Amino acid sequence: MSAIKFTEDHEWIRVEGDVGTVGITDFAQNQLGDVVFVELPAVGRRVTKGGDAAVVESVKAASEVYAPVTGEVIEINQAIVDEPAKVNAEPMAGAWFFKVRLANPSELDGMMDEAGYAAFVDGQH
Amino acid sequence: MRYLPLTEADRRDMLAVIGAPSVDALFRDVPETARAADIDLPPHQGELEVERALSAMAAKNVAAGSVPFFLGGGAYRHHVPASVDHLIQRGEFLTSYTPYQPEVTQGTLQYLFEFQTQVALLTGMEVANASLYDGATATAEAVAMANRVTGRRRSVLSGGLHPHYREVVDTLARFVGFRADAQPLDPDGGEDLAALIDGGTSCVVVQYPDFLGRVRDLRPLAEACHAKGALLLVVVTEIVSLGALTPPGEMGADIVAAEGQSIGNGLNFGGPYVGLFATRDRFVRQMPGRLVGQTTDAEGRRGWVLTLSTREQHIRREKATSNICTNSGLCTLAFTIHLSLLGEDGLTQLAAINHAKAVQLAGRLAAIPGVTVLNDSFFNEFTVRLPKPAAAIVDRLAERPIIAGVPVSRFLAGHDDLLVVAATETVTDADMDALVTALEESLR
Amino acid sequence: MSDWSKAVSRFQAAGPGSETTSGNRGLQIEEPLIFEQGADGRTGVDLPAPPAAADRLGGLGRKGAIGLPGLSEPQVVRHYTRLSQKNFAIDSGLYPLGSCTMKHNPRLNERMARLPGFGDLHPLQPESTIQGALELMDQLATWLKTLTGMPAVALSPAAGAHGELCGIMTIRAALEARGDMRQRILVPESAHGTNPATAAACGYAVESIPANARGRVDLAALKAKLDGGVAAIMLTNPNTCGLFESEIVEIAEAVHKAGAFFYCDGANFNAIVGRVRPADLGIDCMHINLHKTFSTPHGGGGPGSGPVVLAEALAPHAPLPWVVHGPDGFRLVEHADGASGTSGTIGRLKGFHGQMGMFVRALAYMMSHGGDGLRQVANDAVLNANYLMAGLKDVLTASFEGPCMHEALFDDRFLKDTGVTTLDFAKAMIDEGYHPMTMYFPLVVHGALLMEPTETESKDSLDQFIGVIRALAERTRQPGAAEWFHEAPRYTPRRRLDETAAARKPMLRWRPPVATAEAAE
Repeated sequence: MSAIKFTEDHEWIRVEGDVGTVGITDFAQNQLGDVVFVELPAVGRRVTKGGDAAVVESVKAASEVYAPVTGEVIEINQAIVDEPAKVNAEPMAGAWFFKVRLANPSELDGMMDEAGYAAFVDGQH
Repeated sequence: MRYLPLTEADRRDMLAVIGAPSVDALFRDVPETARAADIDLPPHQGELEVERALSAMAAKNVAAGSVPFFLGGGAYRHHVPASVDHLIQRGEFLTSYTPYQPEVTQGTLQYLFEFQTQVALLTGMEVANASLYDGATATAEAVAMANRVTGRRRSVLSGGLHPHYREVVDTLARFVGFRADAQPLDPDGGEDLAALIDGGTSCVVVQYPDFLGRVRDLRPLAEACHAKGALLLVVVTEIVSLGALTPPGEMGADIVAAEGQSIGNGLNFGGPYVGLFATRDRFVRQMPGRLVGQTTDAEGRRGWVLTLSTREQHIRREKATSNICTNSGLCTLAFTIHLSLLGEDGLTQLAAINHAKAVQLAGRLAAIPGVTVLNDSFFNEFTVRLPKPAAAIVDRLAERPIIAGVPVSRFLAGHDDLLVVAATETVTDADMDALVTALEESLR
Repeated sequence: MSDWSKAVSRFQAAGPGSETTSGNRGLQIEEPLIFEQGADGRTGVDLPAPPAAADRLGGLGRKGAIGLPGLSEPQVVRHYTRLSQKNFAIDSGLYPLGSCTMKHNPRLNERMARLPGFGDLHPLQPESTIQGALELMDQLATWLKTLTGMPAVALSPAAGAHGELCGIMTIRAALEARGDMRQRILVPESAHGTNPATAAACGYAVESIPANARGRVDLAALKAKLDGGVAAIMLTNPNTCGLFESEIVEIAEAVHKAGAFFYCDGANFNAIVGRVRPADLGIDCMHINLHKTFSTPHGGGGPGSGPVVLAEALAPHAPLPWVVHGPDGFRLVEHADGASGTSGTIGRLKGFHGQMGMFVRALAYMMSHGGDGLRQVANDAVLNANYLMAGLKDVLTASFEGPCMHEALFDDRFLKDTGVTTLDFAKAMIDEGYHPMTMYFPLVVHGALLMEPTETESKDSLDQFIGVIRALAERTRQPGAAEWFHEAPRYTPRRRLDETAAARKPMLRWRPPVATAEAAE
């Protein structure tokens, strides 16, 4: 059983057991434009909810990717470092950024679900 | 007023279109209390009058080219070919802005790409930026970059680093909040930097040739740095030296920060100069300053653009790698044109002439009773120990007038007897005769 | 034997759609890199043989070749002349880059900077041989202090951003000297990126202050943020929306009441020079871009020069070196050696004494204009910008009401539903022979178009420009406009360049073609 949650900073996290897979949303990649560079955290690094975790850059913009939850980074997606265009092509699937072992699953409680995020994005226009 | 095209009639017509009663009305947002009445300054003048006044001021100086001249210390007098100054004064270069619109600035972008390539080749590094303000600020930026790359905050500065460069690093260290452990100047050459490196060292900064002109093999130091995870930062103040010397990149340098004034640029009383900055490919995203990259246009033709701008302040704001906004555009152009004229053969020969002149001069000065040459190795600059305070002798020789070099005491207390002397291709045999004779007389 | 057809296509200059064999188009000539033109044994200089002397390089003589190409002087002259012809310049056309101040660069200034007494002067010469140079620095300082009403000026910063660094360092030094450690600097949303970058470089947290509906700093929001933790505010005035901060005196009072300092980014001083003295506004510290207000040439992105004027409270912390009057003439103070007045200095900011070449040019410019002419500079700069605003406000969308200062700010509401972006509009201006205005800055309005004509444009020139912009604005509403604008520019040496490809696979230097590719031919 997996659940996908969203942040107001346009990250998504899909949780399976105590592991969350983190990426940026389709809306976020659209706002950025062609992604040219991705920097991921080191495996083993402890990230804090709301703290800097990764960087994603287009030609004209650089954006921090914030950790949606607190925990330890256990895996990173080298494929998007080698080929940043993937972030534009498949943001919600193959272009995940990193996996994190959740320290405190209750942090997910306040986050938006898919419908909630869709409404949030609509409200931004 | 020759620079202002509007006539009184124009101004009246324009105000009518705007719908404002007067120009003063356009300044209505300025608080009353801050509207200055006349500011007490002289009235406008014609070209002739300005030229006369400034020429009179210039005439109170002793131009380097008018006297026997042996001064280096981070700025060097070289011959700059006439075509360099002609080309950099073309209005399309002189009066153009930063190449933010690549379709109409391919000229600037292409020469910067060529410049980056030349700097990388000369220093033996993989990649160079489009320049920084000068060698000293480039050095400080390089230390800050080494701190970012290593995640450490303590640098070690050789005592052979130009004192101005050390001071600029000190200023940055104080306000940014990192440590810069400067070693004392060591005229006897016993400095052991490798012993100062530990797991907290971000970089070791060493000048090549150093402030006293000495040339050291940097390979052992590079190994010592890398063994502890620190970077080796090599500073070059006389870039012509790399026409004769093994480049820092071949000796394991991780960053090279250099002063490029010697190629293409006049002395200009200390500025504007051009900071060169080169590093390894893997550190490129941590570099400060502008970068030009190759790409193609909508029709598939090769062209150039500013790239990796997300490092910079206009995008990254408070998270930028540096607050730097400008480069040394026109000085960069002068550098790249001069180096294009020199080419491989010209630069290596220029360097050989410089070295040979300095070797000749060192031999002649060493023959003066009481004078010893400190260096066992050097390029075009070396240090002599005098039996009397060097500053007084320099002042006395200036009256003849001969500009003999720079006394180390101008920078550092406690080295009164050391004089740093440079000889470039501009020094003639007669100049050397004059210096030797004058020095002999003043030491008698 | 020569393979002439190969010579034509050697650098693949002619694109697939090229109408000429060479890729050249009349006066627009394709030019390969210098590295593609070199030949061994060729050079553009004639040097004598080195005199006979031993090698004292310490065994570190260069072993391998550098890899520099060999070119003769005529090739070099032609190469750079052709490159120059691919550049837009203020000499050749209106260059309305907002905040950048692209005004005429008088050539007298170039001649003065090249006088041997200035240009061929070493910064470390004995003081007796540089009295004229120190006098020039002193005179420049006098002009800058008089024009700003400030008691002190630091000349050494090499550019505007370097001046900011200098200013924020002096502020921190002054605070530290009174034992007052503060952590934050307030910066308006509309600020240039160097402001937050500078504050962060000096160890401060940056806090943004919002603009009000009039495009000025929201005074109430500012006051709410001002407390004992704020070291300074960094404010541009006139601001980056081209507006004078009408509540600036109140801002200064509030800032000072909180014990903080008022840093002014003087990038737009050209709008008020000779009319308003920053000291009368309550400013403690301001850098002046000599390459903007005082017309030293931009040179394709530098060198600049960024002297910083300082209030009494900050003056003791000025960077080294500075010029003083001694009994025997002028003297340089280069060290914090315990002598009076040096103990509070922030230290040295660059090698040597500052951008002397720029000092000479700026002083020549000031002397040419005089006090009266500089006031006229501000008047005409503001008049020209307002004329532009008047001529365009019914076809573009002005962001704010009321008279502007030296630059006119529009946003992209006029492009709504046209499919044309600010970028497209700018590129179409290029085809019409104009350099685009500043785009997408300031960030406080959407799709910003910031136009600064400067005082050195004639009315005729502005009338033509207004006519062209009006016609382009009209065209955005015609059928097929989106495609037409998106195709622009069409008549430039290069069409739009692929910046994404450049950033994804950075190619930052030329490398020789791989030998195997040649062998395979």
